[in-house]
Amino acid sequence: MEMNRIDGKDRGDVALFTLSTCIWCKKTKALLQEMAVSYRFVDVDLLESTQREKALEELKRFNPLCSFPSLVVNNSTCIVGFDEKKIKEALKGE
Amino acid sequence: MSREITPEEIDDLYATIREQAASSGYFLNPDEVFTRDLVRSLIVNRERYGYPSCPCRLASGIATEDADIVCPCDYRDPDLAEAGACFCALYVSESIAKGEGKAGPVPERRPAPEERRPGRSSTVSPGASLSYPVWRCRVCGYLCARDEPPEICPICKVKKERFERFM
Repeated sequence: MEMNRIDGKDRGDVALFTLSTCIWCKKTKALLQEMAVSYRFVDVDLLESTQREKALEELKRFNPLCSFPSLVVNNSTCIVGFDEKKIKEALKGE
Repeated sequence: MSREITPEEIDDLYATIREQAASSGYFLNPDEVFTRDLVRSLIVNRERYGYPSCPCRLASGIATEDADIVCPCDYRDPDLAEAGACFCALYVSESIAKGEGKAGPVPERRPAPEERRPGRSSTVSPGASLSYPVWRCRVCGYLCARDEPPEICPICKVKKERFERFM
């Protein structure tokens, strides 16, 4: 599945699943931007159906409810919702 | 996004939602920039799907499957009671509307797809002794005993499809 890439500081593999209409998703993107962290993201509502299914299948592994935003760090930790504290903690680096 | 939503369109829908909220005892998020952004997303979804589904949830595009997440959603009232805000925080509790505290993150209450209840059908069998069936508004809980639910809920103004058979 294609994801948009945003360049920044390397804090591991950071994958963000979002909706283009969701304000909490926008806030999460803005926070990552502000932290200048490198990440990839996909607006799932803008995908055509096959791609959307693929994205949801992948997201389901980390968040069975498939709610947004979901931030998956290093294919293991998943932070659901705009949780500023948790996001900063997970991506603070060394 | 397919087209730019104008500030006037946002003003219009914002005013409508605000009036409806005020007349039925609900409160909108006092952060106007945030709320206008949500209203814009509701317009986007209305154009995309034909109904203003929750901006913070993924709609399927199939009206019957998305009925529970058309704004105001079926989960607004329990979320307001527990978290002080609905899932997207368009609606907030009275104390948050007054600026006494902030809405925290609201966990998703909507069941996973396989556990969702269908729209108007009901698992409750009608009581034989009732002269009328009782219908319940899934958004606000309003009950009425009549052959069919009302076209528009007199309390929260959602459409007939949002009612379920209660008794």
